Amino acid sequence: MADESYPEGLLYHPEHDWAKVDGETATFGVTWYAQDQLGEVVFFDPPDVGSQVSAGAAYAEVESVKAVSDVFAPMSGEVTEVNEALKDTPEKINDDPYGEGWMVRVRLSDPSEADSLMDVNAYKESLGS
Amino acid sequence: MSRYTSATDADRREMLDAIGVGSVEELFRDIPEAVRQREPIALPDGMAEQDVYDHLRRLAARNRHADDEVTFAGGGMYDHYVPALIDSILQRSEFLTPYTPYQPEISQGGLQSMFEFQTAIAELTGLPVANASMYEGPSSVASAGYLAKLENGRHRVVVSRGVHPNSRETLSTYAVGWGTEVVEVPLDDRGATDLRALADAVDDDTSAVFLQQPNFLGTVEDLGPLAEAAKRTGALLVCSVDPLTLGILKPPGEFGVDVAVGEGQSLGNRLDFGGPSFGFFAAQERYIRRMPGRIAGETVDVDGKRGFVLTLQTREQHIRREKATSNICTAQALNALAGVIYLSWLGKRGIVELGELMLRRTAYAREALGAELVNPGPVVREFAIRLPDLDAVCERARAEGINPGHRLKYYYPEYADCLLVAITERRTRRDIDRLAAVVQSVREGVSV
Amino acid sequence: MRPQATGHGPQDVVTIFEKSREGRRAFVCPELDVPETPVAELLPEGLLRESPAELPEISEPEIVRHYNVLSKKNFDLDTGFYPLGSCTMKHNPKLNERVAALPGFSRLHPLQEPRWAQGALELMWRLQQQLSEVAGLPHVSLQPSAGSHGELAGLLLTRAYHEDRGESRHKVLTPDTAHGTNPATVTMAGFEVVKVGTAPDGGVDLDDLREKADGDTACLMLTNPNTLGLFDRNIEEIAQIVHDAGATLYYDGANLNAVMGVSRPGDMGFDIVHFNLHKTFTQPHGGGGPGAGPIAVSERIEPFLPRPQVVRRDQGSNGHSEPFFDLDFERPKSIGRLRGYQGNFGVFVRSYAYICSVGGDGLKDVSETAVLNANYLRARLAEDGIAEYLPIAFDRLCMHEFVLSGRGARDQLGIKTLDIAKRLLDHKVHPPTVYFPLLVDEALMIEPTETETKERLDGFADAIREILEEAKEDPEIARNAPYTTPVRRLDEALAAKRPVVRQATGHRPQATDR
Repeated sequence: MADESYPEGLLYHPEHDWAKVDGETATFGVTWYAQDQLGEVVFFDPPDVGSQVSAGAAYAEVESVKAVSDVFAPMSGEVTEVNEALKDTPEKINDDPYGEGWMVRVRLSDPSEADSLMDVNAYKESLGS
Repeated sequence: MSRYTSATDADRREMLDAIGVGSVEELFRDIPEAVRQREPIALPDGMAEQDVYDHLRRLAARNRHADDEVTFAGGGMYDHYVPALIDSILQRSEFLTPYTPYQPEISQGGLQSMFEFQTAIAELTGLPVANASMYEGPSSVASAGYLAKLENGRHRVVVSRGVHPNSRETLSTYAVGWGTEVVEVPLDDRGATDLRALADAVDDDTSAVFLQQPNFLGTVEDLGPLAEAAKRTGALLVCSVDPLTLGILKPPGEFGVDVAVGEGQSLGNRLDFGGPSFGFFAAQERYIRRMPGRIAGETVDVDGKRGFVLTLQTREQHIRREKATSNICTAQALNALAGVIYLSWLGKRGIVELGELMLRRTAYAREALGAELVNPGPVVREFAIRLPDLDAVCERARAEGINPGHRLKYYYPEYADCLLVAITERRTRRDIDRLAAVVQSVREGVSV
Repeated sequence: MRPQATGHGPQDVVTIFEKSREGRRAFVCPELDVPETPVAELLPEGLLRESPAELPEISEPEIVRHYNVLSKKNFDLDTGFYPLGSCTMKHNPKLNERVAALPGFSRLHPLQEPRWAQGALELMWRLQQQLSEVAGLPHVSLQPSAGSHGELAGLLLTRAYHEDRGESRHKVLTPDTAHGTNPATVTMAGFEVVKVGTAPDGGVDLDDLREKADGDTACLMLTNPNTLGLFDRNIEEIAQIVHDAGATLYYDGANLNAVMGVSRPGDMGFDIVHFNLHKTFTQPHGGGGPGAGPIAVSERIEPFLPRPQVVRRDQGSNGHSEPFFDLDFERPKSIGRLRGYQGNFGVFVRSYAYICSVGGDGLKDVSETAVLNANYLRARLAEDGIAEYLPIAFDRLCMHEFVLSGRGARDQLGIKTLDIAKRLLDHKVHPPTVYFPLLVDEALMIEPTETETKERLDGFADAIREILEEAKEDPEIARNAPYTTPVRRLDEALAAKRPVVRQATGHRPQATDR
């Protein structure tokens, strides 16, 4: 399991999801806090490539032995890629939630949605409360 | 204090002191007066064990059971021979009295037998994954409909009239909750599912198609063409199968069936006036996370020892709650244990031998009775005949100590003058000849 | 001193398939006394099985040994204490097995004509009367196969009731303390779950209920006492609010053991009640069933009951000279069937025998003793040395069960409820229900039942105390427990990630390396 960390340069959603924005596209995943709450991830059910995701809405589920959690999209767009490796090694979500544990890549429909997300300091503060 | 509780007066005093109240009555002070029972429960007082026994024995004596008569009754539950070792194992406290195996470290006996049961069902049905049991046949059929609905969200199911009437009705009852329309497809003039009618009924909004093998009349359905027609628009194909006939019949998995379900009573379980028995649920691999019920899975412990746990619990109600794949909690573990013991007892060769025996005796019976056949095509253990003087035949048979079979009139108006006759391995040639003699005597208008 | 693992030997698990040897058999086929027609003449080729199912080839002695050895790896109720909250693990009377095995019951075909099944139908009818008395509701169906099956029946009945009145309602309310089967059933019955909050005293939050119970509410599902073991003192007002909104009130009977002879759900205002015969009425659990979940309903719900109903036709009707017990299929408004035949009749026999054995007076004694035992154990676990680590979730009188929170042990001793449960296994008792209800942090739900002696309860309290004291010295002991069971903690994540749910035929699977 990874050590607790919340990288700079990512944007954060209150439901413990992160977004890495790169112009018109973004990569999404869940934060260290989310995977810690869940425990060892055993299954990730990704959306289909080509499907639409909406900011704030659940787009997938992640399962541990004893819990199921919704995964929320920080921003809206069309899914262009899903992390196929998670099918065989879902524990990457625990071990490397910001790197190999990435979940989907999305072509953003409204990049200005980034303004409603938190930066790392605001997110860390929200955890403290 | 009864024979099952042990609180003496002394115990009570000590316990009340420790709690800090003066009387047992005080423990119920949270219950408002308005809802307190003013009168005692209006039932007789408790009885001595021997009196309870005598009372139950007298009730039991007023039933005509399968040892009191030569029975040809079938219709989904059968008088098969249940070997003695099943009771001796099932009556062990360690199988009879524990709870669902939520603490796997002390439940390896139960979990391993579930794993073995799942394996046996998977082998029989030719499908890769099976769960650890359902309640019984008809509700398993309905559960398969629920899986199909979760899978494709369509609004219609198509079901052959060859499927057991109780299964069709249960499916309809459940389907009200899903807002799903249930469409029936008739049987043809040979007592098999009408292929053309099935093909016409299946459309783009069909969620699942239901068949039964053998069907309720005992017909061995021609599953190949039926399966093709059923799956044409992407609906799930569900087949309710009889597990015992799978010794000689091609299994549903080889016909591209998506889900196989059915009634397990014929596998080592008592008749018990209809229950408890068990249902089974087997499916293609891709449905494993949508399946209802408990599933035992293999793993290792911290010392690397092989062991078993309940797995994929995130499907289930205690975790996924309103999004669960079903609401099933308590199922039929003990009856499924009887099932796997029975299948082990029959064994790889035995189930084939048994199937062939029933096949041949059934063929003999069909000929011996010399009646008009409702389903002249292939049958294994059961068939339907049309008798113009059915009432007289039944009466004469009963007088001879024979239960001639199940009259189809209630469930099949189209077969109102027909009889469903089941031939298990317990029905000998002599039994069959006796029934044939009854039919013959009525036909000839003479007494036997 | 750290305990050593002492697990049973032989160490390796062997499945019955792995014991198979070609040619061995237990079954001997009866002799063929009819013509030996070739199978190919009786079944078309395309429908014949080609490759046999790989069932075991094994002799009777080895089957018996196999399952006997397996059985010894199970802990069970006949062996020890089983305080599983919400499960009512009370003694299973041995008489019940004897009467259930009577051939008049066990060898009776479900389609036997009613005139030759009078004993069975009378037993069912009498059981209906008994359950009706306990519930305080006039009409009973024995058909549902388990509690959650009864819940499904209840919601389908509710739907039928509303539609019959020309109304279409979409929501069902459940408290956030509800057992998982409740919301799961709501979805299966085609309704939407709406959660109702819990008040500080552990009962339903009345304000929240008032807000949420409206014209689109079909039903409120409750159990009373609830899963916290607390009797909701506001039950009358709850019933009023629900009925004013035009909805039905459903009683989950899992906790009925607390109130028999004391308060009837019908009098509390419930319209539909389900019973768990495998809890309150001593049907053995069988490691996960069979059970039965009959329902009792009020007059207005009666027309919709499942088909068939067991009825008594009085003498003189239908040409019978005495009362005649029958299956009534003529029920035009019935929701239909929920399963085949009449229900789990073998279970009815056992529960009927139990109720006859204890009697009406005995049932009240059952509930009183169950509540006494629970409060006593609660008091023992509220002593110093335990209470600071396992504080009670709601500090008031409990009914037949109570919930402790393991947060004290977690924060002060570094052991979780899971660890306590696993260490209890070494003390040869079954742990309580853990991590339920979800409302309580590190929950331990404890239900001793009435069939336990005071000494057993003391023994359990002592075991808890010992585990906590041990953890003060060395928390690692509990964290790595159990030590004396056939296997130790199992890798559930592996089982979920790479499910192996059947034996691969032909070879033994390898133990997977982590």
